[in-house]
Amino acid sequence: MLNEVNSRIKNKIDAFTGFVVKEFKQIYRDKRTLLVLFGMPVIQMLLFGFAIRNEVENANVMVLDASQDQVTHELINKIDASNYFTVKGEIQDYDKVEGLFQQGEIDEVLVFEADFARKLQRGERPSVNVITDASNPNLAQLIQQYSSAIIVDFQQELADEGQPQKSGIITNTNMLFNPQLESVNLFVPGLIAVILMLISTLMTSISITREKEMGNMEILLVSPLRPLQIIIGKVLPYLVLAFVNVLTILALAHWVFEVPFRGSYSLFLAESLLFIFTALALGVFISARADDQQTAMMVSLAGLLLPTVLLSGFIFPISSMPVFLQVISNIIPARWFLVIVRSIMLKDVGLLMIWKETAILGGMTLLFIVLSIKSFKERLE
Amino acid sequence: MKPISVHNTHKSYGAKEAVKGISFEVHEGELFGLIGPDGAGKTTIFRILTTLLKPDGGEASVLGLDVVDGYREIRKVVGYMPGRFSLYQDLSVEENVKFFASVFGTTVDANYDLIKPIYSQLEPFKDRLAGALSGGMKQKLALSCALIHKPEVLFLDEPTTGVDAVSRKEFWQMLHRLKEENITILVSTPYMDEAEQCDRVALMQDGQILSIDTPERITKTFNNKLWAIKTENKYQLIQLLRSYKYAESVQPFGEYVHYTDKREEVQAEQIMEYLKSKGVINPTVVAIAPDIEDTFMRLMEQEENYE
Repeated sequence: MLNEVNSRIKNKIDAFTGFVVKEFKQIYRDKRTLLVLFGMPVIQMLLFGFAIRNEVENANVMVLDASQDQVTHELINKIDASNYFTVKGEIQDYDKVEGLFQQGEIDEVLVFEADFARKLQRGERPSVNVITDASNPNLAQLIQQYSSAIIVDFQQELADEGQPQKSGIITNTNMLFNPQLESVNLFVPGLIAVILMLISTLMTSISITREKEMGNMEILLVSPLRPLQIIIGKVLPYLVLAFVNVLTILALAHWVFEVPFRGSYSLFLAESLLFIFTALALGVFISARADDQQTAMMVSLAGLLLPTVLLSGFIFPISSMPVFLQVISNIIPARWFLVIVRSIMLKDVGLLMIWKETAILGGMTLLFIVLSIKSFKERLE
Repeated sequence: MKPISVHNTHKSYGAKEAVKGISFEVHEGELFGLIGPDGAGKTTIFRILTTLLKPDGGEASVLGLDVVDGYREIRKVVGYMPGRFSLYQDLSVEENVKFFASVFGTTVDANYDLIKPIYSQLEPFKDRLAGALSGGMKQKLALSCALIHKPEVLFLDEPTTGVDAVSRKEFWQMLHRLKEENITILVSTPYMDEAEQCDRVALMQDGQILSIDTPERITKTFNNKLWAIKTENKYQLIQLLRSYKYAESVQPFGEYVHYTDKREEVQAEQIMEYLKSKGVINPTVVAIAPDIEDTFMRLMEQEENYE
């Protein structure tokens, strides 16, 4: 009796192992899939990585100089002399700033306070407003950083010449159109989300629907295999591959692009695993509903990948979206994953601070699993 | 307990009724054939019996297990080869067989004796991908995979469609060998000449069974004299015979036309006379023994007239 139970369990394990081995072989033999699986993360990483590392070159600057004294002139000349900026001219009226940016030819406006030189001499702290067009947030931030650096440098020179110690220039930065600048140049979290979606959701949904399309499912159903065995057998290889990809991206980010990572690696990996589960469950759900590979691909790409790129906060900050899209972004799993990963990577927060997002992801995963099991057809109709 | 029992089973796809109240039973160790043209409802019956479709009405059972309630049990003990090649084309011959063995909780070695006569022919190509096999080879591989767990009932949906004549013959020889192992086999085919290979056949048309019997007995129900007629111009011959006032049926069969007459007693000369009177030179008219195809055509015609 016990032997029989044992051998039955052994059979089940053998069947499952056989399934997973078969799946790995199929992935290994499909060179196109392999290319997507391993080439895509690296290519995307390099593309985004180098796009972000764009140096500032000849950014166009407009000046509003209310002081018109020697110090401001020197500073403006210094900025103009650098390779990074070209001073295009002066304006007199602050109201024109927004119009200038809208025309799109000016990248930065420097606003000098009145009585600039006199205030410096009196030991006060006159201010420069650095206004940038943050509709391109990465560029805007870079320009600000460069300008600030030049101003700090200039101040250093003044100090060397014997300016009073207490005085100094205050640099106020001001970004128009996207003040919070939420899409900081940490593209890695967004990229991880996109790649995991691609591998976990797209690949699993395609590979399951392929079995339907090729008729394999017809024989698999007329066998002792249970739906759960089939699903897990299909999903497990992609879980492993997706996790390998997370590690690849992390390695590239760390060694090639030197992206800072402040938080805990184990928490990060655990959250990534959770997100992989979410994506896999979604893939299974799609394949349970779609009858052929093409439908699965369309749904995965148009219905998931695109929103993941556009609405998750990866490229466009959620706060600068219309309210309608902000509401929609709530149902996009990547949105929550991005919050989690950015918090871990940038702010070194613990699970306590991101439990809400984690719970939402967990809930979504559970929902998709239940939905997929419910819609998995044990028959052909 | 019959290995297969179908009683008044119905199945519709939307408004189209694919199976219209079919009943038949298959005995243990029998090689039973469903014979009929495409669209007769053969595949639907296979899918109902392999638990892939639920019948809309009536009962169907395999090994005493109801196809709806007992579907999990049925799936463990039957072998199924769908009409379309459904193995993994990107796995090799050996990998496919091993995979299906593991799925059914067995090994290739455990049931090697059963599949040996078939699989041994494939072994020289065991490392070839299944997708690169010829049609006949694919069918042998699919049969090996369907047999790997020594099923009690084997369902083969059009196993010889798209296979060359030699491979078809070999395939039937294998089925006869399996019968000796006491495996009950339900097989379907659109080829009439294969009907004679079965112990019993059900002739199907348009979702209904026209007749169930041994091929010999079905042929015997053909109760008229059958003539095979040949002339230079087959098309003209058909036209002439169809317009002949005594003509009962006219069916083209290869280079001949099979013909039956309404008259009780008719001689070859009488038919020849008629054809000559219409200007046909040198017609050949021979009395022949009807085969199952003639019988099936006749049954189909009667069915159409009845409707």
